[in-house]
Amino acid sequence: MKVLVPVKRVLDYNIKARANAEGSAVELSGLKMSMNPFDEIAVEAALRLKEAGHAAEIIAVSCGVTACQETLRTAMALGADRSILVQTDMELEPLAVAKLLRQLILREQPGLVICGKQAIDDDSNQTGQMLAALLGWAQATFASRLDFTPGASRVEVTREIDGGLETLSVALPAVITTDLRLNEPRYATLPNIMKAKKKPLETLTPQALGVDVTPRLQLLRVAEPPPRKGGVLVSDVAQLVDKLKNEVKVI
Amino acid sequence: MYDYRAPLRDMAFVVKELLGLSTVSRLSQHEGYAEATDELFDAIQEECARFSQEVLSPLNKIGDQNPARMETGRVLTPPGFKTGYEQFVAAGWNGLTAPVAFGGQGLPNLMGAPAEEMWHAANMAFTLCPLLTRGAIEAIHTVGTPEQRQRYLPQMVSGHWTGTMNLTEPQAGSDLAALRTRAVPENGHYRLTGQKIFITYGDQDYTENIIHLVLARLPDAPAGVKGLSLFIVPKYRLNSDGSIGPANDVRTVSVEHKLGIHASPTCVLSYGDEGGAWGELLGEPHRGLEIMFIMMNAARFSVGVQGMAIGQRAYQSALDYARERIQGVPLGMKSAAPIAWHPDVKRMLSSMKARLEACRALSYYAGQILDLALGEPDPHQRAQAQARSDLLTPIVKGFCSESGLWVANEALQVFGGMGYVEETGAAQCLRDARITTIYEGTTGIQANDLVGRKLLRDQGEMVRSLLTEIKAFLPELNHPAVPGSLTQTMAHVLGLAEQSSLHLGKTALSGNLPQCFGVAVPYLHLMGWLVSGWLMARSAVVAARKLEAGTQEPDFYQAKIATAVFYAEHGMGVSTSLHRIVVGGGPALDGMNPDQF
Repeated sequence: MKVLVPVKRVLDYNIKARANAEGSAVELSGLKMSMNPFDEIAVEAALRLKEAGHAAEIIAVSCGVTACQETLRTAMALGADRSILVQTDMELEPLAVAKLLRQLILREQPGLVICGKQAIDDDSNQTGQMLAALLGWAQATFASRLDFTPGASRVEVTREIDGGLETLSVALPAVITTDLRLNEPRYATLPNIMKAKKKPLETLTPQALGVDVTPRLQLLRVAEPPPRKGGVLVSDVAQLVDKLKNEVKVI
Repeated sequence: MYDYRAPLRDMAFVVKELLGLSTVSRLSQHEGYAEATDELFDAIQEECARFSQEVLSPLNKIGDQNPARMETGRVLTPPGFKTGYEQFVAAGWNGLTAPVAFGGQGLPNLMGAPAEEMWHAANMAFTLCPLLTRGAIEAIHTVGTPEQRQRYLPQMVSGHWTGTMNLTEPQAGSDLAALRTRAVPENGHYRLTGQKIFITYGDQDYTENIIHLVLARLPDAPAGVKGLSLFIVPKYRLNSDGSIGPANDVRTVSVEHKLGIHASPTCVLSYGDEGGAWGELLGEPHRGLEIMFIMMNAARFSVGVQGMAIGQRAYQSALDYARERIQGVPLGMKSAAPIAWHPDVKRMLSSMKARLEACRALSYYAGQILDLALGEPDPHQRAQAQARSDLLTPIVKGFCSESGLWVANEALQVFGGMGYVEETGAAQCLRDARITTIYEGTTGIQANDLVGRKLLRDQGEMVRSLLTEIKAFLPELNHPAVPGSLTQTMAHVLGLAEQSSLHLGKTALSGNLPQCFGVAVPYLHLMGWLVSGWLMARSAVVAARKLEAGTQEPDFYQAKIATAVFYAEHGMGVSTSLHRIVVGGGPALDGMNPDQF
């Protein structure tokens, strides 16, 4: 079985995001970019399937600017076998990404797609679901545990839902999106970082895949949350309750 | 507690923009040097930073608070260190610059130095173990027989065995001529007896074997350092198939209680309590010290990197603190502000930043020259690079370790009373940094090496070639974005170094060697300021050209120029007094008599 893992290049999670001077976008120039952390978990999940003998090949895919190659090299340094970049300078919305992935999936015929539940830059949490719908495949989102039975046509997925855990039996092929607690991603080893340079990285374009990625949404403004105002020290609980009740009027 | 973050942008500037990986990747016949591309560098840096920050750094304080100790005859490292070491080895970091033929990646030192900086900054006491293994690998690889290389290197390169360096004995520290450990031939191998002290990672609970390299005397050995031979003495003897055999006659007597690097077990080892430890000769008889110097030079370069690295950790935490600690209204401001804005704190932070960047450039430059000395195909160029490398070794070790210690001290000062309290980690940095000017040859020994072997032995040739190269660079500073004061300071300090070198040469010719060596340390410092200042000035030129060509990082490059200027004015300013001590301080020292003290 082939496993396809989409990975997104995002502003590194250690960096505090700021709006640019014009308020038209998040400032990215000169800042460190990394693989979306949920996608790292997806790569790790795929690697574990391969190590357990359930997967034969792992293909990492990224859609976006040329620099996404670095993200793909990272995925290959972790252990992905090859990768595909759908190169475009256009701002991509989740639906456009889902359509691009669908075309690649029709070509590659993977038995499973594992992707992060959302990207930490736009927090859309849509691509995996849209992709499953476009393909007509089963989907299991927010996975915290995967149970494969060798040779079975279904996979058991435990999901984190409000108030507890839900376990689904999902027919393959399927789209699984990962939650934080599915696994702890490994560190790339030095020999694998060096090998990653030589692994195949194919570059395609949306045109070549016949997908129109023109944005359907218009971004009006990017603004930072207002800075926190200074707090007030209250002398006792009675004063706190009084303020909450009469001043802030929340109780 | 302030966590370490690798200064990746500054590192990349030195490696990719100031020095350039293409200078070493063109040496494509040598080891894995051809692989040294910018792209691979970035990939390695990123992962190495993650590993250092997330695995090694969190163990740093644990190691300080839970020193390595002995229990029932064996050494136990602090909690978490064994797992950390296993992760380090599993990730393949141990083989970064190790020979390709034995499982390493054979990458150049120019790529190894930044990785080493991150490991040391994240956890210096941890990183001493791979540092020494690397030195032992180099010695066995350089002079070992094919069988010895095959027997030991694969396991040492992978990190499944570690290596140590055994020189010091109770009566023989800096003076190795006084060594007493004996090696007696027996059926093609040797039996060693004697006691070694200050053996870093002389025992540990990480690996199933430890390969000790031990200096000892053969029965027919001449007296003095010319009578020392080097032996490979494994903790466990090997069976003929290379598997681990019976325990060798090596015993850990005790572990020292030290000022810093608490996690690193500094051992007293006793060889031959039960009749003699099994050993095999490494290299030729009586040539042990020369071979040990292969290890030692690698280790001296690494300690230079280490000194700078520990300074970087200290600086970062001081900077974080100075940015959040609000005290008083700085001059020229209207309301209370973080202390970083008070002129004197700003000066301290600037001095630390500049000195660290200068030492980073200096130590990575030494790595680059080492690569050329190993990989240049042309014998003449290779010899020239080797001469430059020989000259740089004492300067890098001496100046970068002294600078790291100075930075750690200043960093504690920025914290004020909180720095003196252990909680902030500033005190640990200072305690850890303190050893770097001592081990692998004290600053005094480095200065003696610089003056005796590097300056005087070849009538100043090595030094002259360096000074000529710096002089030839000066016209490049004529760039509109580089202030003229930088050229003036560089030319001035270059002149002082020339005069100081000449003076030492003349003093030596007149037979007054004690006067030369009496001012060797100030001379080493002067040369350190000069060479690091030259690299800072070169950085300013690189930055000026980037700004001219147009860049998305104008702030970064402007800061590079400002930092070079600051370094010249605030740091290199002391060159004048150092020069004065070198040319005039000898007779005053002659006038001092310890009997009268």
